[in-house]
Amino acid sequence: MAEVFISLPARPAPVKTVGLLPWIRNNLFASMPNAVLTVAIIGTLAWALWGILQWGVFNAVVTANADLCQAARGIGACWGVVNEKARFIVLGRYPQPEHWRPVIATLALIGLVVASCSRFFWKPWLAAVWVAVFAFFFTLMSGGVLGLTKVPTDQWGGLPLTIMLTVISMTAAFPIAMAVALGRRSNLPAIKSLCVVYVELIRGVPLISVLFMASFMLPLFMPIGRSPDVLIRVIVGITLFAAAYMAEIIRGGLQSLPKGQTEAAASIGLSYWQTQIKIVIPQALGAVVPSIMNNFISLFKDTSLVTIVSLYELTGALSLAVGSDPNWRPFKIEAYLFIAAIYFTCCFAMSRYSLWIEKNVAVGKAR
Amino acid sequence: MADASSNPPLIPPRGAAAVRKASFSWRSKQARGIAYQILAVSIIAFLIWLLVSNTMANMKARGIQSGFDFLWQPAGFDIGEEWLNYDSNNGYWKAFLVGLVNTLRVAVVGIFLTTILGTLLGVGRFSRNALIRGICYTYVECFRNIPVLLQLLMWYLLFAEHLPQVNEALNVWNLFFLSKNGISYPIPVWQLGHTLALAGVALGALVSWFYAGQARKKFDLTGKFSPVLWVSIGLICGTALVGWFIGGAPNEWNVPKLTETQVENGGSFTPEYLAVLIGLTLYTSAFVAEVVRGGIASVSQGQHEASASLGLSRGHSMRLVVLPQALRVIIPPMTNQFLNLTKNSSLAVAVGYPDVVSIANTSLNQTGRAVECIAIIMLIYLTTSLVTSGFMNWFNARAAIQER
Repeated sequence: MAEVFISLPARPAPVKTVGLLPWIRNNLFASMPNAVLTVAIIGTLAWALWGILQWGVFNAVVTANADLCQAARGIGACWGVVNEKARFIVLGRYPQPEHWRPVIATLALIGLVVASCSRFFWKPWLAAVWVAVFAFFFTLMSGGVLGLTKVPTDQWGGLPLTIMLTVISMTAAFPIAMAVALGRRSNLPAIKSLCVVYVELIRGVPLISVLFMASFMLPLFMPIGRSPDVLIRVIVGITLFAAAYMAEIIRGGLQSLPKGQTEAAASIGLSYWQTQIKIVIPQALGAVVPSIMNNFISLFKDTSLVTIVSLYELTGALSLAVGSDPNWRPFKIEAYLFIAAIYFTCCFAMSRYSLWIEKNVAVGKAR
Repeated sequence: MADASSNPPLIPPRGAAAVRKASFSWRSKQARGIAYQILAVSIIAFLIWLLVSNTMANMKARGIQSGFDFLWQPAGFDIGEEWLNYDSNNGYWKAFLVGLVNTLRVAVVGIFLTTILGTLLGVGRFSRNALIRGICYTYVECFRNIPVLLQLLMWYLLFAEHLPQVNEALNVWNLFFLSKNGISYPIPVWQLGHTLALAGVALGALVSWFYAGQARKKFDLTGKFSPVLWVSIGLICGTALVGWFIGGAPNEWNVPKLTETQVENGGSFTPEYLAVLIGLTLYTSAFVAEVVRGGIASVSQGQHEASASLGLSRGHSMRLVVLPQALRVIIPPMTNQFLNLTKNSSLAVAVGYPDVVSIANTSLNQTGRAVECIAIIMLIYLTTSLVTSGFMNWFNARAAIQER
């Protein structure tokens, strides 16, 4: 009997593991409980989203008409309050016809900060640019020269004030933080303990108490009859606060350097200051740029506290704009959502940017 | 051999090192160090002297009294959430004490809730379900990118303005009432049985602690697991129940009752407390979630695989291999978050919750003793921070690698 070759049936193709459908199967319906969970979550999300759309879009009142808003109360959002008050919330009590000034000044400040994070601009002339932009900012904001109307600092407010407080405090805090970080690592006991006490004291207390101290006690600290502007007091407070936190970040960067670097510097005969300035600080700063960015973000959020000591930055300007107007006061929650969106956009953008910088800085370390 | 006399003369021995005169030289590193330190200390001392003398002069000029004697004067203001039988005739010291209790009430409960919520959110980032991962990610990004003060204000607005009036409070089974005045809930009427039940819990905890020690010893000797968790829970519940029954099984509740103008009886949380607690918990949870996620991600994949190849179940590998290593990374930043929550509770002043900062602010405005009031705030927060970080350092030392 002749043997007839009968081949085995072909095995079925393996289950697909790439593509949209397999992804859905693996990530949403991997097992029975998982599938139930997915359906339940999708159901809840759809229900919630429908409710939010009803309230925020379909039934919402966009025109700046308080009566229409009252009518829609409870069933729809009143974006009219944003429509009506947005300018006041974002720019504060700055005189209306001069609104172009804070806008341009703030854009210059933002551009400066964004540029300074990029490796390309890390050149000696950057310091001069900083001085120039600050001079530009203050001239434009306060006026009184070149035919600009004078605007006293108590009328500054809104987003420009928030950004200014953040950038100025951060800049002023930087040299202090640098000195304190170096001091904390020095082997001179008196200097070291002074720095430790400063850092731990500030980090142990809330920012609000530092702000209280700045606004109530700084006038007492000054010679009789001289009381600094409230804006300056607050800047001093935030600066001292930010410096302590930044000093710890920089100290982390200094510690991350291998000891071989300082030993190598010592062996070619560099002095302490030469070692620090030429070898240690540049490498340490490169390593902590992302952390400094994070510190910047949290300071940006923390500036909202100055509203408690009567400066009208973004959060304070909102209370001023909506709280004092009986027509619009019932719709404060919509205004809150509006500035929450502003804060979120700024912080989220900054955190993405800081991730990008982190990658960019790491390029130098790749081999 | 050459004649000795023809040898070149020996180099004369060097003279003994001259006794260095105790004179100052910039070339000496030590001397420079001492000089710098003297300089730094004297500059700081001068600054402090300047500030103190200016302050004294200013106070004299403005007629501000100083000193802590005001603490014994009657405070004269009422506090929304009072404890310790405080009333406005009591001294300022008692007002501060009430403020401290209020701060701790927020901080302790907040830390507890934050730990649970943050851990859930952090672990959720590793879920096999993409929707859960997405929700946890969205939560973290939304809540940590909006200032905490703004969140507190929004919650307060929601509680104080958008909830129904008292007379039409949301009513859950006639036991819980939710309105502009906060939440009311039933509380047990305290009797002997409750005290005994509490004693039972303490006893059960003590016994389970011994039992856990025995179980660990047994595990070290024989490698056999004993069910510690369930036994402890059983023990604690059992002894509590026994205590309750011995005390006569009291079952009397103080149930809130709705009247025309208010909700009477029962326990209650004010909207201020709820706003501060919920705002801080939700905000800090986002940060804790990131800390937990980072900790778990820091344990390398090889550890999971190695424990799986040893035949450990998923639960055991998580508990015995992954978590102890993740904890080491998690604890220090977690401590920072707890401290942040405690410090952020000072923002309660913005929504009118009478925490210690808001009490100090009121006292400051009434008495004008700025220096003293701010010093008290700082002292209280410094102490809290140091105690918390001390406790967490102790816990961290236990979790650290036991090196030989």
